[in-house]
Amino acid sequence: MTALDTTVRAKRSVATRVASGAAGGVMRIFLILVALFWLVPTFGLLVSSFRDPTDIATSGWWKVFTAPSQLTARSYQSLLEKDAITHALFNTIWITVPATLLVVILGAMAGYAFAWMDFKGRDWWFLVVVALLVVPVQVALIPLADLFGRIGIFGDIIGVVLFHVGFGLPFAIFLLRNFFAEIPRELLEAARLDGAGETRLFLTVVMPLGAPAIASLGIFQFLWVWNDMLVALVFSNAESQPLTVALQQQVRQFGNNIDVLAPGAFISMVIPLVVFFAFQRQFVSGVMAGAVK
Amino acid sequence: MTSVANSTGGAGALPTPSVSPRKSVTGTRLWVAVLFLLPAFVLLGALVVYPIGYSVWRSLYDADGSGFVGLKNYGDIFSNDATLTAVRNTAIWVAVAPALVTALGLIFAVMTERVRWGTAFKLIVFMPMAISMLAAGIIFRLVYEQDPHLGAANAVAKSIHDTFVSSSVYPGARPNETATDLKPSGGGAFTTTGTVHAGTPALLPLVGIAPNRLPGTPENARAASGSGVTGTVWLDFKLGGGGTKGKVDPGEKALKGVKVEAVKGGKVVASAKSGADGTFTLPAKADGARLRLPASNFSAPYNGIDWLGPTLVTPAIIGAYVWMWAGFAMVLIAAGLAGVDRNLLEAARVDGANEWQVFRRVTVPLLAPVLVVVLITLMINVMKIFDLVYIIAPQPSQDDANVLALQLFLSSFGGGGNEGVGSAIGVILLLLVLPVMFVNIRRLRKERQR
Repeated sequence: MTALDTTVRAKRSVATRVASGAAGGVMRIFLILVALFWLVPTFGLLVSSFRDPTDIATSGWWKVFTAPSQLTARSYQSLLEKDAITHALFNTIWITVPATLLVVILGAMAGYAFAWMDFKGRDWWFLVVVALLVVPVQVALIPLADLFGRIGIFGDIIGVVLFHVGFGLPFAIFLLRNFFAEIPRELLEAARLDGAGETRLFLTVVMPLGAPAIASLGIFQFLWVWNDMLVALVFSNAESQPLTVALQQQVRQFGNNIDVLAPGAFISMVIPLVVFFAFQRQFVSGVMAGAVK
Repeated sequence: MTSVANSTGGAGALPTPSVSPRKSVTGTRLWVAVLFLLPAFVLLGALVVYPIGYSVWRSLYDADGSGFVGLKNYGDIFSNDATLTAVRNTAIWVAVAPALVTALGLIFAVMTERVRWGTAFKLIVFMPMAISMLAAGIIFRLVYEQDPHLGAANAVAKSIHDTFVSSSVYPGARPNETATDLKPSGGGAFTTTGTVHAGTPALLPLVGIAPNRLPGTPENARAASGSGVTGTVWLDFKLGGGGTKGKVDPGEKALKGVKVEAVKGGKVVASAKSGADGTFTLPAKADGARLRLPASNFSAPYNGIDWLGPTLVTPAIIGAYVWMWAGFAMVLIAAGLAGVDRNLLEAARVDGANEWQVFRRVTVPLLAPVLVVVLITLMINVMKIFDLVYIIAPQPSQDDANVLALQLFLSSFGGGGNEGVGSAIGVILLLLVLPVMFVNIRRLRKERQR
């Protein structure tokens, strides 16, 4: 490519090159402006979370550039002293971890069965899973609220977890089946010759080889549940609500509650951002494949 | 750092599994397969399939589920004002947001290919994908705050506005009418009834602002003197009282920057601005004119744009959505772009096409399949938009920002008490994604037959 590139470039006139150089400059400035535009909103909330409520009410966050002494961690301190908030943070964890583990485990089992087991109607059952991929969560809110109410888990953490598992499974099965199907047949046959049964095959060959897909799925599902507000809004109560729901209740009085909302939003963002920066590759492929939800 | 740039795009709305039918290695007995599948299928049946059936059935019954009403709930959605707004707004969302996000993603993807820090740029733009819609909503509530001192959007709007339209310095100030001949002369301006003469400094006392609310650190006022046409504009009020009304008393503050016009026969013949000590000097031709303080001195300050008011709330929320999802489109399109044959672009350039023509005639057509996938994925996503609208729209504008998913929630759980209509909305949302469901299934079956 480079050889071709230089010969072609040389043919271009000086005028063209000057023009494209100027265009390149304009483009760079444009991209820098866009990057700023993307950073400033988050940065504004971050700065606000480190200011006093009285300062927030009287001046914009950009005031800290001229008055850096305004910066204080007091909002975080008082927020973390609120039992309701710390309790909600733990609820978020209690909802997210089981919902992620269950989806990964059950999805992997079903994905393995679809990829490597022979049974009647396998393809038809898999079509059902594919059909369920795009079902919007909204369609299940009312039916499951009624169902959970009848069996007495409406308002419980377990109801929220179950909902996320149900709607996480189609994508999990779909993704893992496709990945597992790529595993070279010889590897499985070799293990079989060593006398491994289905369960051993699944645990010692398929799961380790499927690790990249399982990581992508796990990260995607984890963030999906961690960031969810709608499902928890319907299915949790004051005792079981996660951080997103607890914060949402403060939004109505936005101006008065910004000292709760700004640090609260950042606490809820810390884990997703850490995951984002630490596992970019898996995160991106998970989001790309799963955006259909 | 490189993974955002290098990741090959996944499936998006139309997943393409690589399928080659495989036979079991173990000759599985049926009960083993059932054991592996049962937990997932029990949950799918109870939590996804059953609700679909229940919703369809429930949508045919009235609010409390006791009376069969047929399709009345569906009719209500398209005749009731609140739900009709939701239908209309969802249509706006689906028509505008995906196209906007895809266009931006395309522009960013093409541009970042040509700068060395493209990966860092992608990282910044993609980052909002990691955070919750709640957090994004809170971030943009702050951006859209009405008060230009608090909300960044209006701070920018105000500074742009004030660059082109000079802002008033003393909103709400008015003359002390008992102590001066300055009288309201219509439109918010004040004009003296008498005329000004050289050598007799005019006194223009104003009240109506607290001395501690004056902008900056005002100097004490000084009574103008000298032989020219001069005068003083000052705040004829002292904290703690004292002083004579209509006289420049020691300690009374000067009003700097007030525009003073000399008017003769209805025409402005000269104008000046008061200095730091409140004095102003007009040219000699102003001799014998009446003095006018135009309304621009006192008009209410520009207060920015009402982003979250009834008219702009939906575009404002779409803006927040674009901020969240442009990175998604950008990364998918960039992955598609990486697969484009560079020789085709170079050939077009050699043939004399300029960059725009190359982009328009070669790059975009080659990327069309990716663009369609991105567009459809975003459309499915936007149909179900809930969190951003629920968080960003303030209570008074919530009805104006309403969308289907929000209306479903409000009807069924937010005090609406009508699960019939809620279920009908759920079924409509499901119907809207059915075409994509069929496309997915057909794709899969085609792959199978290969």
